Parts: sequence; C-alpha cells; structure tokens
Amino acid sequence: MERVMMKGNEALAEGAIRAGCRFFFGYPITPQNEIPEYMARRMPEVNGVFLQAESEVSAINMIYGAGGAGARALTSSSSPGISLKQEGISYIAGAQVPCVVVNVARGGPGLGGLNPSQSDYFQATKGGGHGDYRLIVYAPGTGQEMVDLIGIAFDKAEQYRNPVMILSDAIMGQMMEPVILPEMQEIPADKAWATTGKKGRSKPNVINSLGIIGEDLEKINIELQAKYARIEAEEVRYEADGVDDADLIVVAYGTSSRVVRSAIALLREEGKKVGLFRPITLWPFPKQVLQELANKGKKFLVVEMSAGQLVEDVILAVNDRSKVEFFGKLNGTIPTVREVYEEIASLLRKGGAK
Amino acid sequence: MKKVFGYPHALSEKRTHYCPGCTHGIIHRLVAEAIDELGVEEKTIGVAPVGCAVLAYEYFNVDFQEAAHGRAPAVATGIKRVHPGAVVFAYQGDGDLASIGAAEIIHAAARGEKIAVIFVNNAVYGMTGGQMAPTTLPGQKTTTSPYGRDTATVGYPIRVCELLATLDGPSYLARVSVHDPQHIIKAGQAIRKAFEMQISGQGFALVEVLSSCPTNWGMTPVNALQWVKDKMIPYYPLGVFRSPEEVTSHDA
Repeated sequence: MERVMMKGNEALAEGAIRAGCRFFFGYPITPQNEIPEYMARRMPEVNGVFLQAESEVSAINMIYGAGGAGARALTSSSSPGISLKQEGISYIAGAQVPCVVVNVARGGPGLGGLNPSQSDYFQATKGGGHGDYRLIVYAPGTGQEMVDLIGIAFDKAEQYRNPVMILSDAIMGQMMEPVILPEMQEIPADKAWATTGKKGRSKPNVINSLGIIGEDLEKINIELQAKYARIEAEEVRYEADGVDDADLIVVAYGTSSRVVRSAIALLREEGKKVGLFRPITLWPFPKQVLQELANKGKKFLVVEMSAGQLVEDVILAVNDRSKVEFFGKLNGTIPTVREVYEEIASLLRKGGAK
Repeated sequence: MKKVFGYPHALSEKRTHYCPGCTHGIIHRLVAEAIDELGVEEKTIGVAPVGCAVLAYEYFNVDFQEAAHGRAPAVATGIKRVHPGAVVFAYQGDGDLASIGAAEIIHAAARGEKIAVIFVNNAVYGMTGGQMAPTTLPGQKTTTSPYGRDTATVGYPIRVCELLATLDGPSYLARVSVHDPQHIIKAGQAIRKAFEMQISGQGFALVEVLSSCPTNWGMTPVNALQWVKDKMIPYYPLGVFRSPEEVTSHDA
C-alpha cells in the first residue's frame, strides 16, 4: 500500500490499472485529458493497450469489442463526448458486456463550458441511450474514492455483466489529494461467455443485443429487469454523516457534497442539528434509506450543481412523507460554503426544518 | 473415393434469411471455406453489421459479436487488441461501411488494424427496403432516389477500395465479384488472402465483393447478376488495389 499525492483523474487511471484494466480507448476532451494522457504513458509499462480512437463513437465501440472479448476495458470522456457514446452504451447494456465509462462532467447544454457540473445526472441514471436499461453509477467524493470506486466498478461490471459509469466532474478530476493505491491485480481475459475464439468449446459464443422476434426481445428485457432488481437490492452505497439527530438532512454527491460538508461543520459548531446524506451509487439510488429517514420526520435539502436533477429522485424516495427543499447552482459556477451555509441557516430560521 | 466438395465446417447448418438470388450466401460460403482451409475456426472471431447480414452470427460456426450500424471496425479493433493471436473479421454492407461507418473504416485502415473486412457492395440498402446507398450508381432508381440518383443534387458513389488505397495503413485491398463461377473462384482466393494477412501478422485487409440484390433492384436473379457485370463492374473495376508485396516495397 503506497500513499501518494495525485490528481483525481490520474488517481482514477492508476486505480483502473491496479484493478486489472489493460485496455483503454478514448478521445481527447477537457477536463478529462489527464486520464488518456496517463494511460498513454502507463499502459506500455504494464503490457496494456492505450489507443486514441478517431471518435467517441469508435472509442465506446472498441470498449464493446474489448469487453466482449473478456478484458477489463475503460473509456473516459466529458459530457459532450458522453452524449456521443450513448449509442454504444445502450448496445453494451443490451448485450450484457462489462465495461467502465468515466464521465468527468462539465457544464452544458451543447458545447457548454469546462467548469464542473452535475447536470449529467439524468443522462447517467435514467438511461441516456435508447431502451429500458440501467447503468450502475458511482459518484466519487474524494480522491481516495476515485481509486476505490474504479476497482469496485470493474468488479461489479463483471459480476453483473453490465456497463458501469463513474460520474465525476472537473473539480474531482483536477484536484490533488493523497491517495492510498491498492496492490496490482492481473485479470485474465478468459471469461466463459466471451468472444475468445471457440477453442475448447463446442458452441460459438455470441455477443448480441438483437431480439428480432417480439417474444425473444421481451425475454431479454425480463432478464435485464431481473438483473437490475438484484442490483437495486445488493449494490446501494451511501454515506450518512450526522443524520441520526439531525432535523435537516442535506443530500448531495461528489463536489457539491464537499461544499455541503464544510457548511454543515460550521452549523454544527453553532449547535445546529444538520446532517449530510451522500449517495455514492446514484443508481441504484438509496431510496429505501431516505424513505426511512423521512418516516422519522427528517426534512431534506438537496444541493447540486444543476437546475435540479438529483432532487427528483429524493422527492420520489421521500414520496410526500416530508418536505424537500432545493438549492441548485446553474452550470458555470460552484456553490460556496458561505452560500450553502446561508441557505441552510435560512431554512432553519423559516422552520423548513423544525 | 476422394471427397471433392462438401459443406464448409465453419458455416452453420442454419437456413439463412437471405432473399432468393441474393449473393450473400455465396460470400458466406467463401468466408467459411477460407476459415476451413486455413484451419482457424477455433481462433476466429467475427463481427456482424447492421444490415442484411445482421444475423451473420447465426450462420458461422465461430465466435461473434454483433455491432451497431457502421461500428464493426471499431468493435473488431477492441477484440483484436485483446486477442492479438485471433483471426478477427468484420462483415459489412455498403450503407454500414461507406456511409454511417465511414469514419470507422477509414481509421481502422489508416491504423493498419490487423483485421479482415469483407465489404459486400450491392449498391442499395437491402435490409431496410431498397433505399439509396453511398454506392448507388448514377441514375440508379431506389426507393429514396425514385427518379434515379441525380449526381447534381446527391453527388457520386464512393469507390471504397480506391479511397482506402490513398492510405499507407492497409496491407491488402481488393475488389472482386460473384456474378459467375469464374469470378466466385477469384473472390474466394481474395477472401482467403485477406484472412492469411492476419495469420502472417500483417495489417488491415479489405475485400470488396460486388453483390446482387434482385429483390430491391426489381430483377430476376439472372438479370441481377448480368447487371453486376454490365453496370457495376464498369463503375467499380475489379482488381487488387494494395498487396502485401507493395507494402513490403513501401517499407524498404
């Protein structure tokens, strides 16, 4: 175990290699360029492959090929590039191929800007591409989680044969923090279902998302939905900090959760009972836990760097059992600790929380 | 008695969905024969397109991945990079390869990606019902060029082999036809050569096969084959546009 100081993007890249990823396909876009640049240097050292694709579309399809061939394969991009990958992500989900896709999100819509943003939440958690499918979506909140969650992402992608997304942003990717790196793993590309050449098998392996007969397609979808139900039952991750005695619980993930944590620390010093609830899996969403907290009479404030996306899932989870307030920063800037502090303090004064 | 003709082992015995008179069946057989002759069935991985050959994975007795429309060369790239010892081929039609997948094929060729591409050019979108393709001939009537392809408004067909031959990456580029037995034999030799490229560790190989589509051309199978000979070959001349020998001299 080594402790090193790394940028989030580079920590994630090294974490992927330590988790046995030997295939990276990507395309340049800010603010994720540290990932492909790190991979271009590092992959040759571990006998891996770094390939700069001609487009985001090709990169995701190279991942589909490499993941289908049994390897741990990674691509990364930022918001506009992730939009281009959606076709491929839908095919990968339909064909049940494991892979990991990283979105170092920036502001939109359209070309948007390079600032950090959380406005890709809907795209990440509600589908993004065509068809009824789900990604497991992890939202790292620290440099260490960049390393830890990329390893977990590869394990879960293989366990469920499903694409997994890491939803990071420009701050999480660019900020330097100390991280502890795990030991190096080597994972052979020899999955029983993979396209490896059929040596040793009597029947060919086929990776496919076509169900041209209606009943066949329905069967595929029933199987997918059963898998998503298992994921919802087994894979929810969250952090609940000081929620037990709290009157008001602030829900936030990633970069905004860091700002919220600092604001809550100030309020706690003043004796205010405020807690932080941080979803680590954005899908499956920790709705059960939030519902239980709502049943206990807790009030909620959702803070995110968007016009209000995460807040919809919180409202659905709470389901009218409690009040849900919203504080959003539109793409271009990030909330300051002072702004969030004032928002919470004002809600407490208004009795938004008792 | 010596067996001189039989069903290729690499071809599954499943009945195909191809229309009567379509030459996909012949081309499938040629691919399967190449796999048999080279003894690589256990290490061959195919990539199927979106288009008439979308179900190709049911017709070959090898591992397969089904790609999104036009993306087969990218998918094949991912597979080949994971299994460099495998024989990886993509099987694509003209809309798939020369229109929506133009970027993928050009860059796979430019990289000299060590894959084989079987490019079936029948001058029309077959699976979707006969729309104009990037290879539809000037004046040719299709459902989306009902008055004939007007080059003044929609431009000209793409000659893929000639286009790719401007790149340094490819090792083997050939255009063949399957309109008569003599040409079928030559097409088989070209397909086999494309597969041999990978066994010898050389780069990108593409064989363009001029193919008939009696259903969407509105012709009898016999007339459709005649149309390949009379109309397609003059626009798409047969031949080798890049050979390994040439590549070797290039490097020297």
